[in-house]
Amino acid sequence: MTENEFMSAPNELGHFGSFGGRFVPEALMPACLELETAFVEAWADPTFTAQYQRVLREFAGRPTPVTPLRRLSAQLGIELYAKREDLAHTGSHKINNVIGQTLLTKRMGKRRVIAETGAGQHGVATATACAQMGLECTVYMGEIDTERQALNVFRMELLGATVVPVTSGSRTLKDAVNEAMREWVTCVEDTHYCLGSVMGPHPFPWMVREMQSIIGHEAAAQLNDLGVTTPDVVVACVGGGSNAAGVFAGFANTTARLVGVEAAGGSAVGKGSPGVLHGMRSLLMQDEFGQIEEAYSISAGLDYPGIGPEHAYLADIGRAHYFAISDEEVIGALEVLSLTEGIIPALETAHAVAWILKEVGREIPLGSKVLLNLSGRGDKDVAQVREMLRGQG
Amino acid sequence: MTSLEKYLRELRSSGRKALVPYFVAGVTPDWITYIEAAAHAGADAIEIGIPFSDPMMDGVVIQEAALRALDAGTNLDSISADLSALTASVPLIAMTYYNIFHHYGVERAAGKLQSSGITGAIVPDLPLEEGAEWFAACATHDVASILLVAPSTPNDRVARITSATQGFCYASARMAVTGRSSDGGEGGRVVERIRQTSDIPAYIGIGITSPSQAHDASMAGDGVIVGSVLVQAVLDGASASEIELMVRQFRLAID
Repeated sequence: MTENEFMSAPNELGHFGSFGGRFVPEALMPACLELETAFVEAWADPTFTAQYQRVLREFAGRPTPVTPLRRLSAQLGIELYAKREDLAHTGSHKINNVIGQTLLTKRMGKRRVIAETGAGQHGVATATACAQMGLECTVYMGEIDTERQALNVFRMELLGATVVPVTSGSRTLKDAVNEAMREWVTCVEDTHYCLGSVMGPHPFPWMVREMQSIIGHEAAAQLNDLGVTTPDVVVACVGGGSNAAGVFAGFANTTARLVGVEAAGGSAVGKGSPGVLHGMRSLLMQDEFGQIEEAYSISAGLDYPGIGPEHAYLADIGRAHYFAISDEEVIGALEVLSLTEGIIPALETAHAVAWILKEVGREIPLGSKVLLNLSGRGDKDVAQVREMLRGQG
Repeated sequence: MTSLEKYLRELRSSGRKALVPYFVAGVTPDWITYIEAAAHAGADAIEIGIPFSDPMMDGVVIQEAALRALDAGTNLDSISADLSALTASVPLIAMTYYNIFHHYGVERAAGKLQSSGITGAIVPDLPLEEGAEWFAACATHDVASILLVAPSTPNDRVARITSATQGFCYASARMAVTGRSSDGGEGGRVVERIRQTSDIPAYIGIGITSPSQAHDASMAGDGVIVGSVLVQAVLDGASASEIELMVRQFRLAID
């Protein structure tokens, strides 16, 4: 394979194969075009990228370590490593993208940021970066998610953000995106829409992947230092797919097998078909007349009926493989990682852990070197997990 | 030239401003009676909203109506069946989001519109750059693909849009989703910029909620599109004759 065969830039329309593109109202087209130009210029500007890396280092705690999970490795008969995005500021990989986009917001001369959030991780990260950079911040969050993640709502408010509960549709992440897009139409002149995943209209899927690719590039170098030239398998959970895209980007042009793990109730690759939503053509869960179906997952961050268009493309060409994990399998995996390694993962991340536990000896041959992207920590979920474990007891 | 554009150009030549009311298909079991009523009250064309689960360009009123219609099982096939009972002779224009046609199959969807008597289509989340497949399917079935120009659209894009749009060019009066309106909007300025590039009829819509706003818009444009205020009345339980009266007031305001 050539050096940049996979996960290079999309074409000028933002297409990854037949996926991606820019399906937005005309009112938003100029903003998308402006953003694309601004991103391309900034990303090629060493001053900007140095600033981005400096803020990630000084403020967000990068580089995050790679931890060999020795006890679990011994139990499973594989060599398992975790890229510790749970140790990044605000508790997940979301901060990487947000630092990049808020710096870009300032560079474009805009004073305000809006964002959508599911679990609240992206919302908290956005509120954090806005507080640090002195930007005004409004976060749209499905009403159901504001209830499931009430503490994250409070965190965002502590950080000075306004949280708007979204009461339309299924009142979860997809509706929060709809509402943020509607709002963006009205304020596009002075406001940047800080989309939280590798989805939406071009350039978001590409830009967010680039801003998350630091995960994969760091991990590749760190594994190398640990004597692992190339892992056999790289595993990440996938909702929209930003942590997966970030870690995949470091290994797309190696022999590593790339695996994305979806929630069974939000499985766009497993159960979806091509469609157009939120500005992109991708794989979506939809009914026979093209109405978008409501995703359901115990993890609010995977509660999304679509997937980023580059993932749809990677699945289509067979460069990455996607599997689904049910709610029931997740809690057990969270307990195993907590008890054996002293790391409580986010419910989202626990899907990737569950897939590894389930597939050792099957999809993962014994002795394999496996990199898990430990995308977030479980602090936000402990109340929910306690309720579920009580229910089981 | 599509039949719709020919019709709308002749309408303009006759000196008449076009009134285009919008209704959500399937919002009530007898929604067709609203179409009949609007035609009777002097509508020159009628927009039929095909409900979508995630209407990104619509405000709360049309969102609510779409949800009601979807809960009642409305889909492209049921709309087509309902329209076969329509007696009024008025051009019909579909308005929906691209996934509805994309999922149905663009060729099959355009054929379905044609066989349902629909001669135009507005797909607000399908910009010029992504539309080739849909525009070709529409051309095969004499369905005019109607494009929007927004206040934020730069001049070079306006020229590209007006050379591609068919039937009329939709001048979005404000940077907002449907239904919101606190002022007269920028429709007049958008129409001016459209006219600098093309002689296609230019209709103003988005946030036109009162007959006096419609009057002002009709002074600037060749026609006006009125949606949310009528849909709100339908949601509030208005009868067909009440809708007819409302449309008649808009008619009087622009004549």
